[in-house]
Amino acid sequence: MADDKTRTVDDHTTTQDRSHDPVPAGDAPVVPADAETFEVVDVRRGMFGVHGTGDTSGYGGVTRPVAMPPASQAPFGPGDGPGWFDDVHDRLATLADGTDAIERVVVDRGEITFVVRRETLLDVVRHLRDDAALRFELCSSLSAVHFPHETGRELHVVLHLLSMTHRRRIRVETTCPDADPHVPSVVAVYPTADWQEREAYDMFGVVFDGHPALTRILMPDDWQGHPQRKDYPLGGIPVEYKGGTVPSPDQRRSYS
Amino acid sequence: MTDTTYDAYAGTSESTSGPVFTVTGQDWDTVDASAVDGDRIVVNMGPQHPSTHGVLRLILEIDGETVKDARPGIGYLHTGIEKNMEYRTWTQGVTFCTRMDYVAPFSNEAAYVAAVERLLGVEDDVPERARTIRVLMLELNRISSHLVCIATGGMELGALTVMTCGFRDRELILDLFEAISGLRMNHAYFRPGGVAQDLPDGAVEQLRDTVALLRKRLPEYAALCNANPIFKGRLKGVGHLELDGCLALGLTGPVLRATGYDWDLRRTQPYWGYDTYDFDVVTWDEPDAYGRFRVRLEEMWQSLRIVEQAIDRLEDTAGAPVMVDDPKIAWPARLSVGSDGQGNSAEHIRHIMGESMEALIHHFKLVTEGFRVPPGQVYAAIEAPRGEIGCHAVSDGGTRPYRVHFRDPSFVNLQGTSIMSEGGMLSDVIVAIASIDPVMGGVDR
Repeated sequence: MADDKTRTVDDHTTTQDRSHDPVPAGDAPVVPADAETFEVVDVRRGMFGVHGTGDTSGYGGVTRPVAMPPASQAPFGPGDGPGWFDDVHDRLATLADGTDAIERVVVDRGEITFVVRRETLLDVVRHLRDDAALRFELCSSLSAVHFPHETGRELHVVLHLLSMTHRRRIRVETTCPDADPHVPSVVAVYPTADWQEREAYDMFGVVFDGHPALTRILMPDDWQGHPQRKDYPLGGIPVEYKGGTVPSPDQRRSYS
Repeated sequence: MTDTTYDAYAGTSESTSGPVFTVTGQDWDTVDASAVDGDRIVVNMGPQHPSTHGVLRLILEIDGETVKDARPGIGYLHTGIEKNMEYRTWTQGVTFCTRMDYVAPFSNEAAYVAAVERLLGVEDDVPERARTIRVLMLELNRISSHLVCIATGGMELGALTVMTCGFRDRELILDLFEAISGLRMNHAYFRPGGVAQDLPDGAVEQLRDTVALLRKRLPEYAALCNANPIFKGRLKGVGHLELDGCLALGLTGPVLRATGYDWDLRRTQPYWGYDTYDFDVVTWDEPDAYGRFRVRLEEMWQSLRIVEQAIDRLEDTAGAPVMVDDPKIAWPARLSVGSDGQGNSAEHIRHIMGESMEALIHHFKLVTEGFRVPPGQVYAAIEAPRGEIGCHAVSDGGTRPYRVHFRDPSFVNLQGTSIMSEGGMLSDVIVAIASIDPVMGGVDR
């Protein structure tokens, strides 16, 4: 991961167990030998979303890093030893030889995620569909996730592939920055991704290069903005009833 | 404008490919017939059309009665459910997602709670009785959903008797849902860790009575339709789509199984003990609207078999827990029906208000703040009546989902509209869409 030049969040990578104990600011974290390396994508402070006023809640000192499961090392499993996760990984690494396609592999909760560079996405899914040992015939789902604090890789595009032949599921993930939200379209390989890419464009503004007709699908054609991005408010209009006012959902107290 | 017949949406305009005449009905005489001869007619059908299965808009290019080009337009029922769920606790999410595919609400809840339970790592801790109740509700829901499909599909091609029969029998199942979950629709009955409450007294007897009644009623559909020459004439050969087309376009469920491929997640990737139930995966060898109808008809019988086995198991496990044994996840209150409807049971209120301040604090914290879910992402898929419904849930370690995405089978299957309809007759478009059985609440979410 250290030699990965496409990533700009390496300095956020730290070591942290799952209990989310507050990390004292300024102190170098003590690294237990058996701790897993989590990828910190955000750090939240305080609770109840209160900022800019005096801390009356007593929770102002709480610091909670948001850490996603870390990259895994072979053998991937499932289970302790090598399993079909390794078979898929090795076969894919062989087929995509020389392109450095697989950025990292994350095995978490019995599911495997291949994080690939966006330039190689189309090649990777083509191999995954066509190779007899892989044979992921069906693209179950394609969607996006917005991580506004992951500088340089804010938008994640996530594909869930299903091999009916081998009865396996994998996840393929690729990222792109907000400043350049372009990801190659996989419609040429999986025609079913047509509407799902349109939805991801509609909701997140990810531009799928090569899509036959990338237009809005759920929102009206002339809608401004992409509603499921994290910087897009929910509602934004307070509810008024008989003089009382209920703030819009994104303005209510939340347990950050 | 003094002319009362003026219509802003009608009239003639010029475009790069020649004149465009827009007519809205009863004004065809305004079109210059000499100019349109042999040219394209684009018909906008819906979203407020009685036979498009909800607020589905179809943009059809027709040549006489033949459809040259069919494009569905969706989004008229978009309510932002996925976005809304990011602002509620993980438990409240069930209340939102149950409203997506309102004909099969339990499938939505099932995919969501399966994803949350995997994120929490409590999949194996969900009690056996809760799983059995879920299977029972899912299979009853499959029957009621297929009944709606057959009923509305029949209505759209003029078979009104099928419709009245279908809704009559669906009502029996909705009565069961009301007795068990408290609501006919939008149940929010499955919760992360189990189900909201155990079966009420007398539910097993009621279930047995309804199953017996359904066993009497279901043959009526076969008798009414299977060999009916008009019904077969309308459905056979319509909406043809082979296996490779289904996989390329992502169609699952009865549409896929009508091609002869026995792909059913209940059998191929079992969840909640489906591998311990005795049932057959139904297939058909003609991938057309008639084949899909027959697959659904037979699937109702198979679901009835599973329901009967589930009832037996529920009798054996009476009194067993229906929620995971973890006070940090399990909803603290027990629900009961009082004089003013369903709510927290009187015993629970007495306990938290009169006996234990700690219990009150616990109740308050869990209900308002919710529980934290360790960060990560999962994808859980189950077999809904319309195909694979998947839930991609992402947690950032907080008390609310960071992102929830639903792979709704109606949304994906609707992409088959064009290939099923183009080249066929205008009247067959309706049949083809009815055979996909999209529910627009699920398509638009």
